[in-house]
Parts: sequence; C-alpha cells; structure tokens
Amino acid sequence: MFPIVATRQVARGIKLFEIKVPRIAKKQRPGQFVIVRLNDTGERIPLTLADANPEAGTITIVVQAIGKTTRLLNMLEAGDSILDVVGPLGKPSEIDNFGTAVVVSGSVGSAMAYPTARELKRAGNKVISIVGARSKDLLVLEDDVRQVSDETYILTDDGTAGEKGLVTKKLEELVEADKVDYVLACGPVPMMRAVANMTAPKKIKTVVSLNSIMVDGTGMCGGCRVLVNNRSQFACVDGPEFDASQVNFDVLTQRNNMYREQEKKSIELLQASLEAELTKLRESNRRHACALEVTLGEVAQ
Amino acid sequence: MTDKPVSHNPLPNKERAKLPRQRVPEQEPKIRAHNFQEVNLGFPPEMARRESLRCIECPKPGCIEKCPVSVNVRAVIDLILADNYLGAASKVREDNALPAITGRVCPVEDQCESGCVLGKKGEPVGIAYLERFVADWERETGQFGSPVAAPATGRKVALIGSGPASLACAGDLIQMGHQVHVFEALHELGGVLVYGIPEFRLPKEIVHHEINVLRRRGVVFETNVVVGKTVTIDELMHEECFDAVFIATGAGLPRFLNVCGEHFSGVYSANEFLTRVNLMRAYRFPEFDEPLYPCKDCDVIVVGGGNTAMDAVRSALRLGAKSASIYYRRTEKEMPARVEEVHHAKDEGVHFKMLVNPVEFLGDEKGNLTAVKCIRQELGEPDDSGRRSPVPIKGSEFVAPCQVAIIAAGTSANPLIQSTTPGLTTTKHGYISANEETLATSKPGVFAGGDIVTGGATVILAMGAGRKAAKSINEYLKSSHGVGVQAEKAVIN
Repeated sequence: MFPIVATRQVARGIKLFEIKVPRIAKKQRPGQFVIVRLNDTGERIPLTLADANPEAGTITIVVQAIGKTTRLLNMLEAGDSILDVVGPLGKPSEIDNFGTAVVVSGSVGSAMAYPTARELKRAGNKVISIVGARSKDLLVLEDDVRQVSDETYILTDDGTAGEKGLVTKKLEELVEADKVDYVLACGPVPMMRAVANMTAPKKIKTVVSLNSIMVDGTGMCGGCRVLVNNRSQFACVDGPEFDASQVNFDVLTQRNNMYREQEKKSIELLQASLEAELTKLRESNRRHACALEVTLGEVAQ
Repeated sequence: MTDKPVSHNPLPNKERAKLPRQRVPEQEPKIRAHNFQEVNLGFPPEMARRESLRCIECPKPGCIEKCPVSVNVRAVIDLILADNYLGAASKVREDNALPAITGRVCPVEDQCESGCVLGKKGEPVGIAYLERFVADWERETGQFGSPVAAPATGRKVALIGSGPASLACAGDLIQMGHQVHVFEALHELGGVLVYGIPEFRLPKEIVHHEINVLRRRGVVFETNVVVGKTVTIDELMHEECFDAVFIATGAGLPRFLNVCGEHFSGVYSANEFLTRVNLMRAYRFPEFDEPLYPCKDCDVIVVGGGNTAMDAVRSALRLGAKSASIYYRRTEKEMPARVEEVHHAKDEGVHFKMLVNPVEFLGDEKGNLTAVKCIRQELGEPDDSGRRSPVPIKGSEFVAPCQVAIIAAGTSANPLIQSTTPGLTTTKHGYISANEETLATSKPGVFAGGDIVTGGATVILAMGAGRKAAKSINEYLKSSHGVGVQAEKAVIN
C-alpha cells in the first residue's frame, strides 16, 4: 500500500501526485517509469516518473485522465493510497554531453521530458526545450522545464499561449538556424513520428520515449513489443527510449489501439457510477491495509 | 528384530493388487469447457481410503525414490488408512511445503507413480490424488499441521521470487530457525502458480492458503520489488544485511517464432495471454479492469506442445472460442505436456494439428490477425534433446483462418539479475550457473535454483531445487563463510 502524500492539478484533466515509495525514490533515474495498480480489481498501467525526493521517500508522477484507471486515479487525493507501485522500470535516459540538445514535449509528455532535460543540462548540454499543447490549459510543467533549459519555446495549436503552431515547426526553425546535436521527443505518437520524420534526413541523433501497453514491465510477457529496425524489442526492458529513426510508428499505433473496444466499455461503466467506483476503490484499499496489519501482528506474536 | 512399521491395511497383498484404481470425480467436459472452476474435484474420504488400500507397502518404495522431494508416500498412505488425515498432511509437509499444489500439478506419471510397483502390471496407486486429499482436508477443516521450528539463529536470508522454488526453500529455512524474507516482482505472491497455471487446474485460493501457512510460520513477503531494478543483490547483502540470497526468479522472457506478422493485434505470447487471464483475471472483465483481445466466437490457435500450451488452449476454450487448436511441429508422442492435460484438452474439444509450423501471420489493414500460414513437416533425425527433429515438406504450405494466436514456444533467461550482479556467472544461454549439488553460484552467499538455472521445467523440480538450496544455505550460514560475511559487514558499518 503506497500513500499519496500530495496532489496538484497542473492542467485540465492532468494531475500531479507525490507518492511515498521509498525504494523507488532512492533508485530511480530520469527516463524510467513505474507500473501502478490502483486496487485489487485494477489493471497494471505504466506511468513515467517526473521526479523523486529520495530523502522524503517520494516519487512524482503526472497523470492525464484518459482511460478508466487514469480517470479514477485523478480523483484520488492526498491521504488516499494506491495498492501497488513497482519500479523503477526501463532503462534510464542516456545522459551525455551531446552539445546542443533539443527536448520536445507535448502536453503530459513534458512531465516525462523534465527530469531528462534537467540531467542533460547538468551534463553540460545547451538545452533548448519546446513545450507544446493543443491549448493553454493543457500545458504541463512549462515553468519547471523553463528552469532547467537555456531556451524555452511554448507552442499551442490554437495560439492561446506562446506561439501558435506545432512543435515540429519550431524544431525545424531551430535546426535550420543552428547546429542541433541531440533531440528527445516525449508525447503523443503523431508528434513523435513527426519529429522523427523531420530529423532523420538531417541525421540528428533523435530519441523517442515509447508508451506501449504493458502488463508486468519486466520483460516477462512481451505485450509491449515494438518494431525497432524491423526487430521486435520490448519497450519495458529494452526501452522505453529508442532511436526515433528506427521505430515503426504504424505498429506502435496499431498495438496501442488493440483494446480500444474494451477501454471504451470500461470508461462507459465508470462514468455511469463514478462515485460508487471511487468508494469501492477506497474501501477495498482500506480492507487491504487492515489485513496487512493483522498479518504483521500475527507474525510479531 | 524388525523395523517394519505397523500397517493399518487390513487386506493381504494379493487382495490389494486386485482393487481397481479409483477414478477421481471430474466436472463433465462439456460443462467445464465453459467455466474456470476446477476440473478435478478430488477424492471424497471413502475413495481416498479405497485408493490407499491398494498400496502393497514395498520394503523399498519406488514412489519415494522417484519423488524429487522424497515425500514419505508409504507413511502418508498408512496415516490415511488410520483415519489420521491431519497426521498424513503433517507427514507430507515434512518434505513438501506445498502439498495442495503438487497434488494438482506434478507430472506424477514420470515421478512417484512411475516408481509404483503396481504400475508394472496394472495402474499405479493414485499418489497425487491422495496427497491432494490430505492437503485439502487440512485446509477445508481449518487446521494445519505445522512442524515445530528450530531455535532462532538470527541469520537473514533473502529469497528472490515467490514461485515454487522459493516457497519450498522458505518452508525449510524457517524450519531451521532463520529469518526469511521473500521478494516478489509482481503484486501477487506465487509466481508461476498464479500468473501461469490457470484457475481450473490450480485455484488461486489454494496458493494463497499455502502462502498464508508460510506467513503464519514467520516468513516475511514483500511484493512489488523487482530485484535488479528496485534493489540489487549487492544492496540486499551489504545495505539490508542479508547473510545469504537464493535467486529463484523463474523462466523469464517469452520466445517468439520470429516470423512475419507477429506484431498483429491478436498474437500473444503464452506468458502474456496467461498472465492477463490468470494473474489479472481478464476472464472476469469488466469486473476486473485488465482487458484481453476477444476470444469469443473466434478461431484460436496455440503454437506449442507443452503444459503451457495446454493451459493456454483450454483457457481460450473457456473464453468462448469457436475453435481452439494446438499446432505442434512434431507428433503427439514428442509433446512435452502431461498426458492427463492432453486428455483433458481432447475431452473438452481441443483440436490437435501435428507436424505443422507457422511461417507467417496474416492480418487485415487495421493490423488485426486474420489467418496463419503454416508448413507441414515430417520427422527427421533426433536432435540434441533426443527427439526427432521436424523437417519442413516443400510446397506443403496452407493458410488457416484464426483471429487469436498464442505462442507457447518456451522461454529464455531474463537477464535482469545477472546483468546487475557483479561476480555472478551465467551459462552461454544466459541462465545462472549453479553447482549441481549445492546450488551455490559463483558469488559467495548467493544460491540459485529453479527455472532460472535449468530453463523451463516443472513445479516439483523447482521445489526440489528450493529444498536443496535451503540445505546448502543452512550449511553455509553455519560455516565460517557466514561468520566471515558478518565480520566484514561489521567493519563496513
């Protein structure tokens, strides 16, 4: 059982959580993720780590309400608990002094990009961040990103904040204007694909962080397999970061849509009884916490 | 002088051998093919007694010799005949920490029952059913025969993984007076017993019960710890002060066929399919959240011939598949699955297609699986495993429609621990090298056993490895090595 110690609404439908998981807080590196299961009927979903505080034993995740689990999670507050949190999983981001590094992120992707941008800066890179979203109220952690970047550009599709336009347009301008040595893209698949298509002909080392569907997160099931350089790779253990020019984005999109029908059904059922589901979650987690205390008591005797 | 124990069997030996083997009650095939409840219903007491009466009490029991953990079968059977079921259960537990589980999943035809003299002329004593009977009786009556543990030694042992090897090891180590801490990567304890073996063959409730028995005996369990990621072996030994470590992380990574189209929606590894169905209870969607690609009214094929393939194909049937087929590249004779599992699958309506091998998966424009292209094969010369290897027949390709395909072609070693533990030697295939007798690895204080050493095997072999490791770890802790580790730590601290 892992207690939520603080929450903060960071954008519309996007919430930040600090969760007490001392083992993960101590070990995590930028680019890694955790898998959470909210309660005993819950599914396992991967969520990228946005930060951690080893002294306080807390990790930070930023969650966009999309499916049943993320919607339910985003209704939780400080004082609530999550039944299972496991990690840190995946390989950490490759941190090196590349020279000029451009970090491109879309909406909730900025939370994943932030710790890597910070480490790239520490490693001596000139870090340029491009933070995008459809609209102003969907921008995530742009101020945090700004603090660890030499230059930051904000872009929205509708022009409600920063410049109007797509992140790839800005990236193209930067690439034309100056020498770019490294690009990291975190965000929706179409955005990562567009970045990959843009930088590949220019032979700029580009890395994308893939968000495939996972179960165990330790390489055991192969559900997260993606085609990279025409070879099957597991995003959970071989990734989540891969060379953008070699990723087959069609297969990624297809596999991410594999459970579309079931996801729709789950959301419909959730919407029909939102409060009841939340109560059920809280009650079952409380029961688990009590059961744990009883067992520990028995062992102590 | 004779040390022949008193027998509670009233029948002369000749009469015993004439008794027919008791048929264990089962759910009707047509009914069970559509539910996840247990297939075998187990012996009622009178049947257990009748089956026990068949034992001719050999002076040198072959059943005990053939049991990987040397359960004293003869003594157990006599206790059943004495109506002392709890005593019988305790007797099993002396050698086997998980009797309700092994009584269900052991390949007994190759083990205890293959050593039974009665099997030479007729049918062997149904040892597994008897073992299961006493374990179930113990659980259902709410009692448990806990042996008295040795005085506490103050030594701490970390067990990595909570599958059969680890649980068997935990049972013995706690008995020897050591502190035992089991680390599990998943959210639920039991390893392959909960993510791999389906409910209809091994109900989860039984696994939970066996684990709770260990917990009551003092074993500490911690879930959600991926050793190699969350914490390393070195950290466990130096920072968390464990005196010894037993690595029993199981089989690992699924093998795919590496043919075209394996990424289509509807193609699963058996590991993923079974994990979704068993561990995540996807068969109870939407009550449980984890989804599964729909099997209902679909043609499902399972590639492989082992127990995992049987578990997958029988699960698919229960999920409402229109047809469920095994595609195996050799013949039925070479199939590694247990005979009973194959029979059960056939009774339930599973099709068996032998000497076929998929060469490509075909899909529609959305990337959904629609068919499999296979080639027919014939048996050639025996390979390394002694089985005749299949050779493709030129021009024999055919296409069979299917919307779900499950690959049960074995597993390879998961490198998570090996790659994060300096000084740990591995085999050329990436499994952990361990001394056959002691299960000691190249790293002092670190032992390994089960599938991570041997490659995919059986529950009872893993349990045998767990017991062997417990014995070695005990000796290691008693020897100067253990003291040395302690002294070294004192200096570091």
